Amino acid sequence: MLAVENLEVVYNDVVLVLRGISLEVPDGSVVALLGANGAGKTTTLRAITGLLDIHEGEVTKGRVTWNGENITDLDPSRRVGLGISQVMETRRIFGEMTVDENLTAGGYVRGGDTVIRDKVYSLFPQLEERRRSVAGYLSGGEQQMLAIGRAMMQQPDLLILDEPSLGLAPRLVQEVRDIIAEINEQGTSVLLIEQNAMMALSIAHHGYIMETGKLVMDGKPEKLLADDDVREFYLGIGGEGDGGRRSFRDVKHYKRRKRWLS
Amino acid sequence: MLVDWLSLGSIYALLAVGFVIIFKSTQVLNFAHGALAALGAFLVASMATILQIPGRWMGSAPVWLKWTSSALVALAAAALIGLILERLFIRPMLGEGLFSVAIVTLGLDIVIRTVSNDFMGTNPRPLGFPGGTASLDLGWVVIPWNVVVSVIVTLVAVVLIATFFLSRTGVAMRATAFDQEAARAQGINVGRIFSLAWAIGSVMAAVAGIFLSVFPRRSTGVDTATAFLAFAAFPAIILGGLDSIVGAVVGGYAIGLAQAAVTEFLSNNPSFAFLGSGFGGVVPYVLMLLVLLIKPYGLFGTEEIRRV
Repeated sequence: MLAVENLEVVYNDVVLVLRGISLEVPDGSVVALLGANGAGKTTTLRAITGLLDIHEGEVTKGRVTWNGENITDLDPSRRVGLGISQVMETRRIFGEMTVDENLTAGGYVRGGDTVIRDKVYSLFPQLEERRRSVAGYLSGGEQQMLAIGRAMMQQPDLLILDEPSLGLAPRLVQEVRDIIAEINEQGTSVLLIEQNAMMALSIAHHGYIMETGKLVMDGKPEKLLADDDVREFYLGIGGEGDGGRRSFRDVKHYKRRKRWLS
Repeated sequence: MLVDWLSLGSIYALLAVGFVIIFKSTQVLNFAHGALAALGAFLVASMATILQIPGRWMGSAPVWLKWTSSALVALAAAALIGLILERLFIRPMLGEGLFSVAIVTLGLDIVIRTVSNDFMGTNPRPLGFPGGTASLDLGWVVIPWNVVVSVIVTLVAVVLIATFFLSRTGVAMRATAFDQEAARAQGINVGRIFSLAWAIGSVMAAVAGIFLSVFPRRSTGVDTATAFLAFAAFPAIILGGLDSIVGAVVGGYAIGLAQAAVTEFLSNNPSFAFLGSGFGGVVPYVLMLLVLLIKPYGLFGTEEIRRV
């Protein structure tokens, strides 16, 4: 189980981005982390996977534990070794290498195992057809599949996906969602970081909502989907119930996002 | 001229290959490569002729065996120096941009050159290469064995390294060069990749340094100008494409050919004497300019893939 306890992250020694985040991803579950741009979702991911340092970020309080072990200061490659893998935002595939080589690079920590590779290809048949093509020329959907497949080469116990629906057509979003569900069924826990609340909550067992570095709400997807504020701010439905636009001031029971710089 | 071409070409190719290794696996433009080559040659000179390590303990072993073991010790030392330099000066630059790191290597170049020149003094240091002056007589041309060896070493090194980049570790290195952060996210230990690349790169530089100070200019050994001469490999690297091993070799021999041909031509045509002696040394850079204007990715370099 992954547990994030009271995490605080500061960038460049001055910018406080996470202000005490606590969340849990129990084994075998899908947990959704929702929030608008700049809420701190990706920073949370970086703290969990250890990539804060090259962004000049630092965990100043709290800790990240994995099956009870404190991994807050562990090297990223060690964390992958322990079973935490990630699919980065905007896919970040190795564009100049072939599909096959991308998977090789993904499976580097686990040693070259053709069994895993076949398993990944069975999850993504389109990729197998194009295994010798240069990854940079794949379509956006295929690149997302490749990014997920690359992470699956590490045989993770926990897969963290950062906005896998980014820039994909609705049908492809469905496809990605189904694949995530399938990966979960095969026994991998999933932490799904998304802006597409509908997609994320449709497969999640639990959801968290973040705003400006804090968790403002969490619960079962049914509860979140039924919540008026979530419906209005994340799903864009409701809010016109009393025959017109409502003042935001009246409806929110948690502190609204207030940012005045673009 | 054939001999000039082959020896120059091999040196340029070897230098270029070492440079490409580091670039292809870490995306670092290593401007200190020439200095590392000179340093490597100086290490060989130290081990083989000055300190005689391990020759002094080998009794009456044949000369070539003594020299080869000295060279191996020197190459190991070069690898170690590469590791130390990487650890001290390049590792802290992880995650920084291409040019910031390139500037660091420029600084390294100056420091390495100054320090090793200080040790070297003003006289050339002979490497004591036991090859002698025997030649391979093909009937229509006579090639010194030294040159034949340099060509063979170049080709073997190239095949080995090109194969290496297709291996698992090689793929991880290319991934690191392409996107450091994404490579780390895959669990690739980027620090270790950097160490490995610099160790291999330094050894390749030292090998090139040996040839540079023994064969082509029939020079007497490594001296303070060696690092400067090694700089002429940059046109070869640019021509071949920064990230292509094959390109490095083709570029190396192409630039070598151009330089040798022009030198030959000028020495036979006094009417071009106004260009001055040593104009052949300028040719590589002229070619480099042309390549950069016409085909900036080089002959075999990977063009950037941009999705639209």
